[in-house]
Amino acid sequence: MSEKIKEYPGERIKTADLRAGIVPLIKYKPEAKYAWSAGIAMSKFLEELKNGRILASVCKKCNRIVVPPRVFCEMCFKPIDGYTYVKDTGRVNTYSISYIAADASRVKEPTIVAVIELDGASPGIGILHVLGEVKPEEVKFGMRVKAVWKPPEQREGAITDIKYFKPIREGEM
Amino acid sequence: MFGKRRVAVIGAGMTLFRRNLKETGKELCWEASKMALEQAGLELRDIDGVVLGTAPDAFDGVHMKGEYLADGAGARKKPYMRVFVGGGTGVFTANAGWWHVASGLFDTCLVVAEEKMSSCFPHPAYAFHTIFDPIMARPLGVTLIWIFALEMHRYMHVHGIKKEEIAQVAVKNKRNALDHPCAQLPAKITVEDVLNSEVLCWPVQRLDISPTSDGAAAIVLASEHVARQLTDNPVWIEGVGWAIDSTYWTNRDLYYPKYVECAAKMAYKMAGIKNPPKEIDVAEVYDPFDYKELHHMEGLRLCKKGEAPKLTVEGVTERDGDLPINPSGGLLGVGNPIAAAGMMKVCEIFWQLRGEAGKRQVPGDPRTGLAQAWGDLMQYGSVIIMRS
Repeated sequence: MSEKIKEYPGERIKTADLRAGIVPLIKYKPEAKYAWSAGIAMSKFLEELKNGRILASVCKKCNRIVVPPRVFCEMCFKPIDGYTYVKDTGRVNTYSISYIAADASRVKEPTIVAVIELDGASPGIGILHVLGEVKPEEVKFGMRVKAVWKPPEQREGAITDIKYFKPIREGEM
Repeated sequence: MFGKRRVAVIGAGMTLFRRNLKETGKELCWEASKMALEQAGLELRDIDGVVLGTAPDAFDGVHMKGEYLADGAGARKKPYMRVFVGGGTGVFTANAGWWHVASGLFDTCLVVAEEKMSSCFPHPAYAFHTIFDPIMARPLGVTLIWIFALEMHRYMHVHGIKKEEIAQVAVKNKRNALDHPCAQLPAKITVEDVLNSEVLCWPVQRLDISPTSDGAAAIVLASEHVARQLTDNPVWIEGVGWAIDSTYWTNRDLYYPKYVECAAKMAYKMAGIKNPPKEIDVAEVYDPFDYKELHHMEGLRLCKKGEAPKLTVEGVTERDGDLPINPSGGLLGVGNPIAAAGMMKVCEIFWQLRGEAGKRQVPGDPRTGLAQAWGDLMQYGSVIIMRS
């Protein structure tokens, strides 16, 4: 604001008036539904999740193995050189303990979300997922984790075919 | 490659920022536009072209908001465009207005930014759910705060930053906002208040975050010969920059906002700025979360990587410090109607450089100011540099 301006427009609706429903409000709830084609690269990726494998794409020019896979490299803008598998183990790059759902409502049990750098992918290449079989206070940066898959018959070709990643305890692979 | 003509800001206006404003988006646009025109000493008929910025359509619940808001932005029968780059929209709208005039196409341009987030209920956060990748992210129940919490935590981890240091930003900005007549959440709070507030997604807590807001802001731009006729103290746009990084955000190291650096480099080069901390007198840095002010100071090269928390704790970024950051009160204090919030920052720099900011005025007659915004999936930066 400027000193030269004495009054600023804007009228706040009182919360009590909103709650009492005495302010004219027009309500609407969209019912639009969508079905997305997963595309060339990601269709392969989702098919491989059903097999319990994580597909990556390879760019030899940029020397990168990346997840999720893509048909072109966004760095050199050339077609990729092919696909490969990466491991279903990796390290926690960063994490958060979430007490809210997607609509901002509170949840009772927190969700532990993380970016996980997968073994076999290039350094720094991670995916978003959730952690399980671990208490919030036990999660550490750099912690080794492994995917816990749904049983094969329950997999549907979705990122949720991995239920979560769990810590690799001492003595485990 | 840069614009051939100088472009001046000659007027600015804004509405109150509040949750649940009674005015429609169109009415808010009209209020802010009218004020900016009055301050510039122009009528709508004097305006050659109009640029409008507004962020996701899902907040207003009206698809193609550019058309919906056009009348409120004074666009009837004029060259008009709507721009949208997520949270970066507010500052980018000013950049788009700049090229309308710098190119020689127009002598005057009305630049308007609007957001009405409170229409989406129970919470606009759910509208944000639809910005995420439908294959890799949405099935996991992703929220916008998740990804910022992941970025904040990574930033804290890499540099060993404490929450106490970051909370200082919320304390400063909400206090600065006490002097802003449009502010939604001005407050005297302490670091302890921030640390004791409700945990949303650790490390993000309630007082780390800006509110749901409605509001509009506008500026009037003019070519040099028009500006000289209308005012003795035009504020010149000397540099603009914008850049986007890859949408594969889990493939990037979130500890540093490279996209902001790219945008800043473009703007600094245009403005001939070699040493940003020395040459920038006042900056409005995008602060929808307290850590983002620090993160963005580093991306803007206003300090070294990891150094922003220390400067904040030492008081360097206070209004009377060596490098005042967000003297307006920022998004944390004034409010965050997305596009309008970015434009509010441009307005603040205009008022600061004109010496009109009243109780918020940064001492020492600031001559060079910067405003910056950030958006999309933690990947977009927009920067504007202004001089009096």
